[in-house]
Amino acid sequence: MAKLESAKTLRELGKSLKEKNAALSQKDNPSSTIQVKVTMATCGIASGSRPVYDYMEQELSKRNISARVSKVGCMGFCYAEPTIEITMPGNKPVMFGFVDIKKADEIIERYIRKGEVIEGVIPINYETA
Amino acid sequence: MAKQIRIALRNCGVIDPEKIEDYIARDGYMALATVLTELTPEAVIEIMKKSGLRGRGGGGFPAGLKWEITRKVNADQKYVVCNADEGDPGAFMDRSILEGDPHSVLEAMTINGYCTGASKGLVYIRAEYPLAIERLKTAMKQSREMGLLGENILGTGFNFDIEIRYGAGAFVCGEETALIHSMEGLRGEPTVKPPFPSVEGYLKKPTNVNNVETFANVPVIINKGWEWFSSIGTEKSKGTKVFALAGKVNNVGLVEVPMGTTLREVIFEIGGGIQHGREFKAAQTGGPSGGCLTKKHLDTPIDYDNLIAAGSMMGSGGLIVMDEDDCMVAIAKFYLGFTVEESCGKCSPCRIGNKRLYELLEKITQGNGTMDDIDKLRNLSTVIKDTSLCGLGQSSPNPVLSTIENFIEEYHEHVKDKKCRSRVCKSMMQYLVVDEKCIGCTLCARNCPVNAISGERKQVHFIDQVKCIKCGACLEKCKFNAIIIN
Repeated sequence: MAKLESAKTLRELGKSLKEKNAALSQKDNPSSTIQVKVTMATCGIASGSRPVYDYMEQELSKRNISARVSKVGCMGFCYAEPTIEITMPGNKPVMFGFVDIKKADEIIERYIRKGEVIEGVIPINYETA
Repeated sequence: MAKQIRIALRNCGVIDPEKIEDYIARDGYMALATVLTELTPEAVIEIMKKSGLRGRGGGGFPAGLKWEITRKVNADQKYVVCNADEGDPGAFMDRSILEGDPHSVLEAMTINGYCTGASKGLVYIRAEYPLAIERLKTAMKQSREMGLLGENILGTGFNFDIEIRYGAGAFVCGEETALIHSMEGLRGEPTVKPPFPSVEGYLKKPTNVNNVETFANVPVIINKGWEWFSSIGTEKSKGTKVFALAGKVNNVGLVEVPMGTTLREVIFEIGGGIQHGREFKAAQTGGPSGGCLTKKHLDTPIDYDNLIAAGSMMGSGGLIVMDEDDCMVAIAKFYLGFTVEESCGKCSPCRIGNKRLYELLEKITQGNGTMDDIDKLRNLSTVIKDTSLCGLGQSSPNPVLSTIENFIEEYHEHVKDKKCRSRVCKSMMQYLVVDEKCIGCTLCARNCPVNAISGERKQVHFIDQVKCIKCGACLEKCKFNAIIIN
């Protein structure tokens, strides 16, 4: 990215990035997409999140589902690692725990494609500043 | 309302730590922009002081005051140091922040440099955290490219750059003077304070040392205001604290709760209670430097001062939950074993005293203790606390003192009855064959690794107590419940 010459350019960049990110999860926005976040801190990787990340990235594109898959830090649910968070446009984020390849397949086919309620949801129990 | 409020962890699990755009989209570097273009260093320090933010590394020293002291010292060069030498067993708060949100630490260090008059920052991080180091390096590269770190930050003429220094994993190097010596290439040993690092630190220059979590709070305080921050928490402990909730609790994890939350809320509501429906016995806070909190402390609001009053301390935020299967004497011994290994050996109370404490505890757990030994433990602990050079020795007897204070009956049982109610101290246990139940199937004898069990087929078997190593293999194998522990 280009060098920011002033505080003003930083603020403008922040504003436009924020709008862009907000658009991702808006239901009727043309640039909206499914967001998949995979926990990739030491703890998540140790319990097997790397293959899950690779699988999500490859399979979603193979199955023609447009999505943005990203690596994130620790979500705090060590007991349920690997965890992934899915945000469908217009919906609240849903977190899944104990995700392996089999579960990932189920999430793609049943939750993402058909919108079914499936097992393995971890309640998000915090507010973020 | 949710019990948890994530301030220090606000971006962990939300942003991609390897993408600076993700951080900027969540108000990243906005605090730095405000500070550099709208506020004087004094005004920022005033905000920090009013926010009530205290050091999250353990001591709880007011952060704003530390910044002010560093600012007021006249020197041609000053340094900002981020203490990322997290070493408590079972604690991983700082690692998670660095792996999930490295930019927040870089931003806060830069703000600190502006306030204290330092142009150089150093992150002291354990080499055992390779992923955190990698992400920190990526973050530094990105922020340099965007003019948020380095020379002429955001065109304001302010210069500040950060380097990484690696720790070799010595626990004592989390103590700030030892940390500084380690960065200087010297032995990681503490020195007497004063002079405090804020006055004379790295290369004898004023050095502001703050912990990762402390730094991670700073940008939010600037963005949302000190009034908002100080509205969270208790009278003397503001904001939130991240705890690494571990041990025998159902939902092991990283939790961030407002100061003043009770242990009961953390363990039973957020943590989902004790595993396998067992009984809660104690929670160790502050790692090897802390103490045990018991049932009677379950409803005490957790903050710096209440924990000290309860004979423990905040420490860096490790919170290890124990149930009825844990022997408190063995726990004290475990933590002391850690301190004995990690003592740098510079001062005798810590080097020799802790070793003697350990030997006394070993004697008691082996069933050879006397009542005198318990008194000796108490006295020696007090001497070590009073006379050790640094925080490591001054706090190392805490697990001993707090277990004696809260679980004296267990010590008495070990000494008088030669009994360990949790069946942890093996030398006090005896595996015995119940004559009426043994049918002489020989299964136990065949599985005993040390051939301590004798007996003919279809005859009652016998365990030789001298040979027995108390591995429990016989108990596990016996299909007739004919083996018991005495």
